[in-house]
Amino acid sequence: MPNRPQPRFPEPNTEYFWEGCKEGELRYQVNDATGEVVFYPRMHDPKTGSRDLSWKVSKGEGTIYTFSVVRQNRMPNFIDLGAYSVAYIDLDEGFRIMSTIVGVDNPTEDISIGQRVRVEFEKQDEGEYPIPVFRPI
Amino acid sequence: MAQERTAAIVGVYEYPLRVAPGISAMEVKIESIAQALADAGLEWSDVDGLYDAGDGEAGGGLQLAAYLGINPTVIDTTQVGGSSYEFHAAHAVRDIAAGKCKVAVLSYGSTSASNRVAIGTGGRVSPAPNWQQNMESPYGSTLISNYAMVKQRHMHEYGTTTEQLAGISVATRKHAMRNPEAVKAMTDLQFVGVREITVEDVLESRIVADPLHLLECCMISDGGGAVVIASAEIARNCKKPPVWIIGSGEATKYLENNGDITTSAAAQSGPIAFQEAGINPSEIDIAMIYDSFSITVAVCLEDLGFCAKGEVGDYVANGRLAFDVKGTPALNTDGGGLSSNHPGMRGIFLLFEAARQLRGESTSQVEGAKLAVAHGNGGLLGGTHTGGTIILAKD
Repeated sequence: MPNRPQPRFPEPNTEYFWEGCKEGELRYQVNDATGEVVFYPRMHDPKTGSRDLSWKVSKGEGTIYTFSVVRQNRMPNFIDLGAYSVAYIDLDEGFRIMSTIVGVDNPTEDISIGQRVRVEFEKQDEGEYPIPVFRPI
Repeated sequence: MAQERTAAIVGVYEYPLRVAPGISAMEVKIESIAQALADAGLEWSDVDGLYDAGDGEAGGGLQLAAYLGINPTVIDTTQVGGSSYEFHAAHAVRDIAAGKCKVAVLSYGSTSASNRVAIGTGGRVSPAPNWQQNMESPYGSTLISNYAMVKQRHMHEYGTTTEQLAGISVATRKHAMRNPEAVKAMTDLQFVGVREITVEDVLESRIVADPLHLLECCMISDGGGAVVIASAEIARNCKKPPVWIIGSGEATKYLENNGDITTSAAAQSGPIAFQEAGINPSEIDIAMIYDSFSITVAVCLEDLGFCAKGEVGDYVANGRLAFDVKGTPALNTDGGGLSSNHPGMRGIFLLFEAARQLRGESTSQVEGAKLAVAHGNGGLLGGTHTGGTIILAKD
């Protein structure tokens, strides 16, 4: 099993998001007044400053906006991983998330911008929080 | 030209070594401040403005003045990554114009190479949990992969190729080979092949993070330097001709839903600076653009208005921005971060070489150079970053 760095707490902005990952939910916020999507999770809507926000659950499907394949990372968690992808995914609900693309044989060949992907929650060796990753549909 | 000429760069010093084992960051700063003041013909005791990004063992606003032994009337500790020095220069001009100080000193010292700091490929973990890091650290995104994602999107959206962008590395290396300090830097850092490079060399160099090749990435060096900025009255009596700061702009940019990752903070800071200077990008002779990576230069050239968004591939292809090509600005004529000096925060070096060009002192001198831009990019292009633009004019 992978051993990605875990989120660290207390961190009030992102805690509810990560609790959602334990439930298999990809959670995001909306501004109650304008309906505007707020992401990464925050205490306020960065467009208006409003703190009246509600949580919703994403369907978990989106499109790859851009990506890179990392060939070299000196962090212990990644040093032995080989080449792996880092990507921004635009979820259909209108928010952008950093993640990785799994389920591809060769990340340099098999990933492309515009590809449709779906979230899944990857269990980790250590740590209680599964990490949201994306797999081509 | 109708710009205001209230303050000028009057002294610069670039610490000559890029590998300096046993030398502390503070030694680099002190040596550089002394030499930059000597370059200007000013005294230690003339300094009344201190601008510092908090680098070095006794840096920062609380400690540095005490260590230097001066009593500044202005202390500015803006720390916005590699563009900190463009922000400092902008603030120094404003502070001088407001009469708050007359002789401003900016300095930088770093031992990144000797300490083996993996700036581009190491992890970035803050001491305390942080909203952004909690969302990103599980994925192993390195500094380089942020920039790489910008390049990937630029290639996708505009058909830009690595072959085109290699023109940036080729022109910059050409300049580096004419600069003895850059040649020594590449030698001391054990570059494979200290020589001019071709587009093919760039394409054949290994990929660090797709689609960025090694020869599109800056070095990690030791080093530093200092700049002295003085009021018009003082500048006119300094040893060397003043290099006037005639415009400045500051900006930040970050990840936004539906945002355009191929547009940087320069799209905000550039127009502000050019408007203040009352000139157009087409009038610029010297473009000192923070070259952490090829794509940083590419995106910033577009955002500053040297060419339209998406057209930078043709604009930089085949080394068109070399100092001896007519009709285009000369890019990073000292050899840049790619091939001369990058200890982590390169912004200050952009000011040095811009000043050297406008004094006629560059090792790749552009004849008759009158106007220069120094644009620093701090933080992570593609993620949270800053842009600081400074426009400079020959006396």
